[in-house]
Amino acid sequence: MYQLVRQVIKTGIKTEAAPQPDEALRAGPQRLQEEILHVFGSALSIRHVDAGSCNACELEIHAVSNAYYNIEGLGIKFVASPRHADLLLVTGPVSRHMLTALKRTYDATPEPKLVVAIGDCACDGGIFSSNCAGGGGESYASCGKVSNVIPVDVLVNGCPPTPTAILQGILTAISAPKQK
Amino acid sequence: MPIAHPNLHLTRLGGAIPAWLGEIEPDDLLPVCRNVSDGGGRLVALWGSDARGDVGVRGNGFVLHVALVNESGLICLSMALDAGQPAYPDISRVFPAAGRMQRATYDLLGIYAHEGHDHRKWLRHGAWHGFPLRKDFDAAQSRTDEPDAYPFVQVEGQGVHEIPVGPVHAGTIEPGHFRFSVVGEKVLRLEERLGYTHKGIEKRFESLTLQQGAKLAGRVSGDSTVAYAWAYAMAAESIAAVKPPERALWLRALFLERERIANHLGDLGYLGNDVALAFGFAQFWILKEQVLRNNAALFGHRYLMDKIMPGGVAADLAESGKQTLRDECAMLEREVRLLRGIYEEHAGMQDRFIAAGRVEPKLAAQLGLCGLAGRASAQAWDARVQFPCAPYDRLDVQMATYRNGDVAARVIVRFDELFESLRLQREILGRLAHEGAQEDARPEPLEKLPGNGFGVGMVEGWRGEVLVAIHTGADGKLARVHPHDPSWQNWPALEHAVLGNIVPDFPLINKSFNLSYSGQDL
Repeated sequence: MYQLVRQVIKTGIKTEAAPQPDEALRAGPQRLQEEILHVFGSALSIRHVDAGSCNACELEIHAVSNAYYNIEGLGIKFVASPRHADLLLVTGPVSRHMLTALKRTYDATPEPKLVVAIGDCACDGGIFSSNCAGGGGESYASCGKVSNVIPVDVLVNGCPPTPTAILQGILTAISAPKQK
Repeated sequence: MPIAHPNLHLTRLGGAIPAWLGEIEPDDLLPVCRNVSDGGGRLVALWGSDARGDVGVRGNGFVLHVALVNESGLICLSMALDAGQPAYPDISRVFPAAGRMQRATYDLLGIYAHEGHDHRKWLRHGAWHGFPLRKDFDAAQSRTDEPDAYPFVQVEGQGVHEIPVGPVHAGTIEPGHFRFSVVGEKVLRLEERLGYTHKGIEKRFESLTLQQGAKLAGRVSGDSTVAYAWAYAMAAESIAAVKPPERALWLRALFLERERIANHLGDLGYLGNDVALAFGFAQFWILKEQVLRNNAALFGHRYLMDKIMPGGVAADLAESGKQTLRDECAMLEREVRLLRGIYEEHAGMQDRFIAAGRVEPKLAAQLGLCGLAGRASAQAWDARVQFPCAPYDRLDVQMATYRNGDVAARVIVRFDELFESLRLQREILGRLAHEGAQEDARPEPLEKLPGNGFGVGMVEGWRGEVLVAIHTGADGKLARVHPHDPSWQNWPALEHAVLGNIVPDFPLINKSFNLSYSGQDL
């Protein structure tokens, strides 16, 4: 026990400053009112859904919980049920086999809800589909990008996107658009 | 010769690992499999290809490919199948792990095992008609939305009930379905149903160039991107009879060991978290993050994706970078040793680890358990030791094995391998200074392969042996690429490991294996 406590004290605080929201990540205008965003902003619950990813995006979603990015320190936590969630974090091209599960998860999430697509595959189908002429990345096994299946609010590109980018995407989804 | 059989003529394949190729007749397949199994060998992979219309292929139909391994090396057998009735002998009687691979091969190619006893679809859940890996498959006409029936095996008796879990799980993990049959909290049976992340990777390879294929190979299972990219490059280099520069090989080994270090750190953290010691997660993920940041700063990618390409590597290491990595090694050795002491002395943690999720060595041998989980159950296989491809032939890797086969054993093997990888990293950094120091590790990338070629690569990734087989068409393009994840062998063992344990221990046991869904769903 002594060693454990000593290690905690020695480690200290590693948490870094969170990134600022980025308007460029939005797929469309912010749909939620500022009051709701204010509530979300101080206590947001996220349900992650892997809709067919290669698991690299999952590694980075895990990393946003580490001491450096410390997502829980911002009042944001991952929950086990979509019924407890305000925001869905969806990775992967949506495989045909995950189509029903993703739709049901979305339907089970209470309104108002937000969806953030994480990674190139979730944004446009990525490497798993021939993406000629701006297609949505469909194939015999894949429905392609997440917005082919459910509405998406924010897109975070990257293969995989860094934890900072993921955090920025989440913070953008719950931020009010800047007044010009 | 790796196996003696009167009707089997094997030819040695060129390349980095000892591998042989031979054609086999249906009547000889089971005897040869038994021969290999009796000699302590295992099944590595099973796949099929469509050779209808190919010139010079016997039977002009489909081909079944079976990759076996024994102490001599990899034995790749191919069997010509009739186009009208593409059936072959069921080898799951000798190698239980073949069962799911045979079912998957039917789903994708329509070739099937005679007397196969499980006819449920494995990778197809009813989302498409036809067989995607057949050359005449029409993706546009394939769409259907009639889910296949999938009757789970029922357990009956007083007080028995079922718990269905997934495909969407409670944590941040990949999708799959687990069906538990329980009495109280005790697990009587677990049946897995996977295939949810099937995204048509094998079909996708057929429309890619060699270099594009390398990127796709690196995304079969993201946590093993280095192992896949290396196995793919190894297969391509075997077909092209090309040897990458020495320096590139040393860098590949450096990347592979760094991938092992990062994953083992992450798992050790989560294993602490799963027994409610959040301290473990916090500490190990600080260490993992530092490794990932060094990867990004020195090589340009946190997980080293796309850094190994057929022909060489796509990154180099400057002198200053070496010092960064030496400092990192020293820091990790110090911190991990300290954390290991805390883990070992934590009574609550050890109580949860010890005897949980046990796979006895005998069962592990029967099931062909491989990789890290295999070594924790006394299965002494490590491709870096048995078949040390360059530069491992000059590194003398020490294999970590343990007999207990429980969660505690898988934790110990991870710790031991972590220290060994740190030792190897130091060694590699030293060798990088003089061996091939003047060479460019980034030669002209390999663009084209000879026609009608076959090559295979096998690399000991952090989870276990990753195999990639490449077949080229007459034009030298990728005709068929089969990536094989060690999870194929180890998922069925998890069903056994959890028996008699309580349901709340399943997440811990599952994490101690940490198998890939994407890697086996393809």
